Amino acid sequence: MDWNYISYYFNWLFGEIRNFLLVANNPGQKIFLAVVVIALFVAVMALLLWLVDRPRNPRGWLVASVFAGPALLLIGFGLVYPAIRTTYSSFYDRNGQNFIGWDNYVRAIGEPEFQLVLRNTALWVFLVPILATAIGLIYAVIVDRTRFEKLAKTLVFMPMAISMVGASIIWRFVYDYRQASSPQTGLLNQVLVWLGIEPQQFIIQQPWNNFFLIVVMIWIQTGFAMTILSAAIRAIPDDIVEAARLDGLSGVGLFRHITVPSIRPALVVVLTTIAMATLKVFDIVRTMTGGNFGTSVVANEFYTQSFRYNDKGIGATLAVILFVLVIPLVVYNVRQMRKVEEIR
Amino acid sequence: MTTSTPAVVQAPGRSSVPSRARKVRKRLSNPWASLAAVIIAALWTIPTIGLLITSFRPEVDITRNGWWNVFGNPRFTLDNYEQALFGGQTSLATYFVNTIVVTLPSVVIPIAIALLAAYAFAWIDFKGRDVLFVAVFALQIVPIQVTLIPLLTQYNQWGLSGSFWPVWISHSMFALPLAIFLLHNFMKDIPASLVEAARVDGAGHVKIFFRVLLPLLVPAIASFAIFQFLWVWNDLLVSLTFAGGRPNVAPLTVRIAEMVGTRGSDWFLLSAGAFISMIVPVIVFLALQRYFVRGMMAGSVKG
Repeated sequence: MDWNYISYYFNWLFGEIRNFLLVANNPGQKIFLAVVVIALFVAVMALLLWLVDRPRNPRGWLVASVFAGPALLLIGFGLVYPAIRTTYSSFYDRNGQNFIGWDNYVRAIGEPEFQLVLRNTALWVFLVPILATAIGLIYAVIVDRTRFEKLAKTLVFMPMAISMVGASIIWRFVYDYRQASSPQTGLLNQVLVWLGIEPQQFIIQQPWNNFFLIVVMIWIQTGFAMTILSAAIRAIPDDIVEAARLDGLSGVGLFRHITVPSIRPALVVVLTTIAMATLKVFDIVRTMTGGNFGTSVVANEFYTQSFRYNDKGIGATLAVILFVLVIPLVVYNVRQMRKVEEIR
Repeated sequence: MTTSTPAVVQAPGRSSVPSRARKVRKRLSNPWASLAAVIIAALWTIPTIGLLITSFRPEVDITRNGWWNVFGNPRFTLDNYEQALFGGQTSLATYFVNTIVVTLPSVVIPIAIALLAAYAFAWIDFKGRDVLFVAVFALQIVPIQVTLIPLLTQYNQWGLSGSFWPVWISHSMFALPLAIFLLHNFMKDIPASLVEAARVDGAGHVKIFFRVLLPLLVPAIASFAIFQFLWVWNDLLVSLTFAGGRPNVAPLTVRIAEMVGTRGSDWFLLSAGAFISMIVPVIVFLALQRYFVRGMMAGSVKG
């Protein structure tokens, strides 16, 4: 038998398959690869299901593991293991070699550089949910049941559809700065010029630049707040509103004493949801300033430390801090969600 | 974790049954309220319109003055788009293809896996089912940041770096907890009698899954698919980490974010580039608004 020949052939075949799956250089190849991968995946799943369906009375655990197994394996590999691993790394130095106890945490909380990051994050998490929710609520109430409702809501919801990178570019252009002597190309500076004020470098001047970045996130999240709250407002029973009207409430009074209290749980859900999204905001800071000019936040600093400065220890620590900060928000969010559902 | 919000979102549908009070369409009676609405609508639209107009202006005009001057002197061109898509320095067309190639498997694979898992959690009895389900539910809160470095190390060890696989696998994994949870809820809403009837007829789990449940789940799948599609299409962090700037695999978002850093004042490229990356999500949004809103609500805190 010519084993050498066979093993050579197998190696060649294996290499070819490997190349096909890993290397795709032109558009045609890439799209073909994507289609093949999907087809392969479907085929494997179908085969598993077919096998499990063979015997008349398949064992419960066998069926269950074919149905749930792939998902559980992937979740274990993709979320559980890395989360443990990262927590572990956060107690090690930048190369992950020497155990240094809580040093990374002490640094992340103590050093001025990181304190600024934490302060900025707090500012984001405080301002974005409140302002986005407030604007969304007011807008929802005003446009509710008007002739333009659908269009009006579509306009405000649209930023939810586009990427944060796209939104950041849109706003960078609004903030664009030229010297006072030349015509402005950024809308906001043009408005300042029309008002007789010197044009400003909005995304560079500290600490105000943080607010101009925050505006972008508010701009994105308001549509979310509007949609959820609008639905909550519609769910207020008609008789309550009618009764309040008969009692002489209208306009602002109706809004304050009937609308807001009735949708309280929905308000909390919206606030906490936006807070969670804001806590993890990365794209906006990265695109607008790259975290420079004193605008970094935890999620961005994590990236910078881990991948630009290659400090795995502090990077892991920042990720863990992010994780820990999210937990109370999630718990509160889930509890309020239950209430919203009960009311339904 | 907004997971069960679809329930909230369905409310408009339910209340669209015209009640007496609601049939009367109120007009904007309070002038201050109308003014506020107009201002908000303007603030939410004008920035986008400004960049859109800019993307069609000749490069010289863009650098000369602001986009509002276009109304006095309308001159438009498609050059910016041609430059951005096919120009040697940007060649966004390549990255556009990358985005599509990244997105397709990253949507199909997690949905298929999650559907099966959701079925197991909803309709198959096995030991430890409830504990596992709660664990999956709880894992939705893990921020992606926590997972990046260990995963990257692992992919490199497997020799996958530089290919699409790390991005596909990561997106699929990150989507699972939310997808399983949502689809499980929808599956649980299907009357048990339907499943029981099929069982009595001798159908096994596979048959029940495909014949009974799948057809009823189409709207739920559509909502999640749209959410996941947009999430992947618009994602920056996962692609930046696992695909880096490699022109062979990096999607549009990564490339455009990079252009902001290196060519931050070339607005003729940035404006066109931004809209090249936004056109598909916006079309999906306008065409499938209902599913879209439901999906966005359902997954709004993912990642």
